[in-house]
Amino acid sequence: MRALLAALLALAVLAPAAAAAEQPRASLTDIEDEVMCLECGTALNVSNSAVADQEREFIAELIAQGKTKQQVKDALVAEYGPRVLAEPSDEGFELTAWLVPCLAALGALALVALTARRWRRARPNEAPGDDPALDPDDARRLDAELAAFDR
Amino acid sequence: MRARVYWPVTIAAALLVGLLAYGVTTTGTDTTLDSATAEGKRVEPPTSASLPVLGGDRTGSLADYKGKVVLVNIWASWCEPCRDELPLIQKTHEMMSARGGTVLGIDVKENSGAALKAVDEFGLTFPNLRDRDGSYVREWGQTGYPENYVIDRDGKVVAVRRFPVTQKWIDETLPPLLDESA
Repeated sequence: MRALLAALLALAVLAPAAAAAEQPRASLTDIEDEVMCLECGTALNVSNSAVADQEREFIAELIAQGKTKQQVKDALVAEYGPRVLAEPSDEGFELTAWLVPCLAALGALALVALTARRWRRARPNEAPGDDPALDPDDARRLDAELAAFDR
Repeated sequence: MRARVYWPVTIAAALLVGLLAYGVTTTGTDTTLDSATAEGKRVEPPTSASLPVLGGDRTGSLADYKGKVVLVNIWASWCEPCRDELPLIQKTHEMMSARGGTVLGIDVKENSGAALKAVDEFGLTFPNLRDRDGSYVREWGQTGYPENYVIDRDGKVVAVRRFPVTQKWIDETLPPLLDESA
């Protein structure tokens, strides 16, 4: 029983460390598109300003120190504030970046539902297999064609 | 059916136009300070916010320098015109500190390591605060780098310089204020 407890304890201690060790190494190209150039207002991977160069240098230093992607992003926020991340914040005017697409999607769904309802109403009620009867002339012609086909 | 669609579409379009107008007005540059100081008025600073002290773990603000004439210098080490201006700003600080004034640097949009390297490189002895994302200088209607704002002993904004200072401008602007009492 003691051995089992010791094994469980060792697993609890070592598992998080092993998981951390398994995290992929951060790379500049992977991080660049998720970080903003604060002066240009564009993502770092498409910015060539002096500010962008300095931000890239800062990221490269952290990567060289062996920091993970999340640790690099945390350090960026600590140094430059939350606006350095490309993800818009969920307060103030930037909230519209989240709200407008949601409202547009809801509007599109409502439009599809409304259009579908209109189409259903416009078409006559038809039950499957409830075909209109042929008029007698057409029925005779059909019989004749089928008889000729059977011969 | 046409009437049922008309109003929702009109309201949605009006909301989008309103949103656009709001975005344009809130991201535009504020020139209130420029107009007021150009008319010779002394006005309250546009913000009293505190900022992190460069190289420290506390915060500071303009209010800490009440009673002193302050030259607020907006700079960053990645900005070449700021680097060109820094030696004159340091010289101005030495002149001001002997007469009851100070330069207060606001380092904008750079990591503290890079900023401290510049402080060391230029031998800056004036205090510096960090505007990490530029939101503080935005309140001042900032349009570029470097910029300088002059604050009198009562904490009021007297002058705004939206481009690098010159020795002539310093000689004309600061001594009369340094001679004033609070």
